[in-house]
Amino acid sequence: MFKAKVIIKRRPSILDPQGKAVEKGAQHLGLTNIRNTRIGKYIEFDVLSDNREEAEKEVNDYCNKLLANPIMEDYEFTLEEVK
Amino acid sequence: MKPKFGVVVFPGSNCDHDAYFVIKKILGHEVTFLWHKENNLDDVNVIILPGGFSYGDYLRTGAIARFSPIMNSVIDFANKGGIVIGICNGFQILLEAGLLPGVMLRNISLQFVCKDVYLSTENTSTLFTSEIPSEKKAIKIPIAHGEGNYFATEDVLKELEDNNQIVFKYSDSNGVVSDEVNPNGSLLNIAGIINKKGNVLGMMPHPERACDSVLGKTDGQFIFKSIINYLTN
Repeated sequence: MFKAKVIIKRRPSILDPQGKAVEKGAQHLGLTNIRNTRIGKYIEFDVLSDNREEAEKEVNDYCNKLLANPIMEDYEFTLEEVK
Repeated sequence: MKPKFGVVVFPGSNCDHDAYFVIKKILGHEVTFLWHKENNLDDVNVIILPGGFSYGDYLRTGAIARFSPIMNSVIDFANKGGIVIGICNGFQILLEAGLLPGVMLRNISLQFVCKDVYLSTENTSTLFTSEIPSEKKAIKIPIAHGEGNYFATEDVLKELEDNNQIVFKYSDSNGVVSDEVNPNGSLLNIAGIINKKGNVLGMMPHPERACDSVLGKTDGQFIFKSIINYLTN
């Protein structure tokens, strides 16, 4: 079995109004050095397979078809074998 | 042909009954609900994907609804030329399903915006807009959404413009399109688009909420009447 950890990021070219709004909060906190706040998603799950290649394929499918929208998001993931 | 409408019901749809009411009680046509777990379209010839918060808007708006059993049938139906109109969350589902291009981002204000807006009809020769009188500079229809900020790449926008696929733009009451009247940050003030074939419309504003004169506005009727006329004549 593998533990998959996926990070989904908004593409750099896409505005992130949420990140902007949160960064305003940083300014209100007096954190003057914070810039370029962008908010993404972290998703983890198990993959019931003993074959890394097969597991990677399935995670890619999951990401491309459902977890991320390729028009506005990029994803990356790690697969850690769990015994 | 006598039109028969089908309103798809997802868990979290909340404008399904409004749409049903308008078709049946106000316009007097046949309509049925289509449950998301079914794949039988019950011989309808128009499908309405209603507004709401299907599957709690989890992950991304429309992302999970797109994989419900009924959507496979809806995608087939649309690809064969069947008439589909997606309203608000329904529009978001059409984008996720790839039946229309682009995505919806969070409103630029980060606010959920619920108010009447004016729309300029950019293409009156579609089967969804033919009944909008040419002297109407703008139609008044409410919006109610948190993610209606339409985004697409420059290539896609150009294609939409070149093929006359932009049907509605946010405007003032005289039909003038400007940044000041853009309620959500949509590129080019886009409020509604159709596919290339012209049989699938997605729009963020809610025409079904502007059909009953008791509510003080009836411009939404033009859209449903256009579809009905297209099918009956």
